[in-house]
Amino acid sequence: MDTIVDTLKSKFPFVTPRPSHDQPAVNVPADHLREVAQVLRDDLGYDMLLDLCGVDWDQARPRFGVIYHFYHSGKKTYLRVATLAPDSAAPAVPSLADLWPAGDWHEREAYDMFGIHFEGHPNLTRILMWEGYPYHPLRKEFPLAGIETELPAADTAAATGAKVIAAPMMGGPFQAGTQEHHHMSDAEPRAGDQSWTESKPKPGQKG
Amino acid sequence: MPTSRTEFAYNSKVEGEVVVSQADAVINWVRSHSVWPMPMGLACCAIELMAAGGARFDISRFGMEVMRFSPRQSDCMIVAGTVTYKMAEVVRRIYEQMAAPKWVVAMGACASTGGMYRSYAVLQGVDRIVPVDIYISGCPPRPEALLDGMMLLQDKIRKEQSAYGLLTPRPREPSLVTGRP
Ligand code: SF4
Repeated sequence: MDTIVDTLKSKFPFVTPRPSHDQPAVNVPADHLREVAQVLRDDLGYDMLLDLCGVDWDQARPRFGVIYHFYHSGKKTYLRVATLAPDSAAPAVPSLADLWPAGDWHEREAYDMFGIHFEGHPNLTRILMWEGYPYHPLRKEFPLAGIETELPAADTAAATGAKVIAAPMMGGPFQAGTQEHHHMSDAEPRAGDQSWTESKPKPGQKG
Repeated sequence: MPTSRTEFAYNSKVEGEVVVSQADAVINWVRSHSVWPMPMGLACCAIELMAAGGARFDISRFGMEVMRFSPRQSDCMIVAGTVTYKMAEVVRRIYEQMAAPKWVVAMGACASTGGMYRSYAVLQGVDRIVPVDIYISGCPPRPEALLDGMMLLQDKIRKEQSAYGLLTPRPREPSLVTGRP
């Protein structure tokens, strides 16, 4: 049924099918990624790179991976390709930005958020956080509240004394109203646990 | 020939239609009714700010409809939205470029405290980088809440000592660009 998976498997012995609930999906080793991508684009008609995202698999080794979603605009079918960066300490996968220009910014985002290096990318700089930010915030070990560091603008920091701080969670993270809230007026974002605040400490916790 | 009766009191024929008042009262009356807002619209709250400028809520009833996108021409920065750490620099710079007297309104939860964004990327309240005069609660505040906040700002302006030192020459502040007075 998954003809694209079979096609890829017969063309490339290293491609393995990947369990999937929806669209066809395959695993491709990082060092063969460009080879497969070239065939996908030029011979198999996957002319759009819809999205790519970094993944931090936490305890697993290799730890980091990238998942690509391709689209065949003629057949209107999707294909998911997953790859793993072999080196968990300095993760790197080849860039696809020259094959699908859409890859450019998405790869910068995955680099910014996960620190995955895309080899051959024309301009691999941060896209959301500022240049010089010392962390990659979507890595599993990074706390949601953030880590104290310097403001990106030295003059603003000097004039105001402001810093990037670990955000006070105050019973958060903050979410829009849940299912108990049927009315829009009740659905404003609120902390999951509002029994404690800055002045009233969390039960069972000092300070 | 001088007449025997010299009139020392107010003479409308001589002096025209004059109202005697205090400088503070006059200056503050003018300032509070011609606030030119700088719409620092950074997220969803800016939509409510736009609504306040529309016909239904009509902020021009308060003399505040002249939204200026140039900081040089505005005197009240309405921070409407989520200020990220990356944007903080811009907000601060635009505030510095506004000519005094100037006021800042933090519109909504995000501008006031970081709101629901307890996150690594969001400034936890715009008062960390600019002095805020009025905080408006809500996520987003309705336009009525913005108008209420702006009326509070008018009250605040009316209590300021605007004429103090107005007639004494002051040393010029150094230019932000050249550093020279
Ligand atoms: S306070 Fe709410 S509505 Fe306003 S900018 Fe923040 S999230 Fe958006």
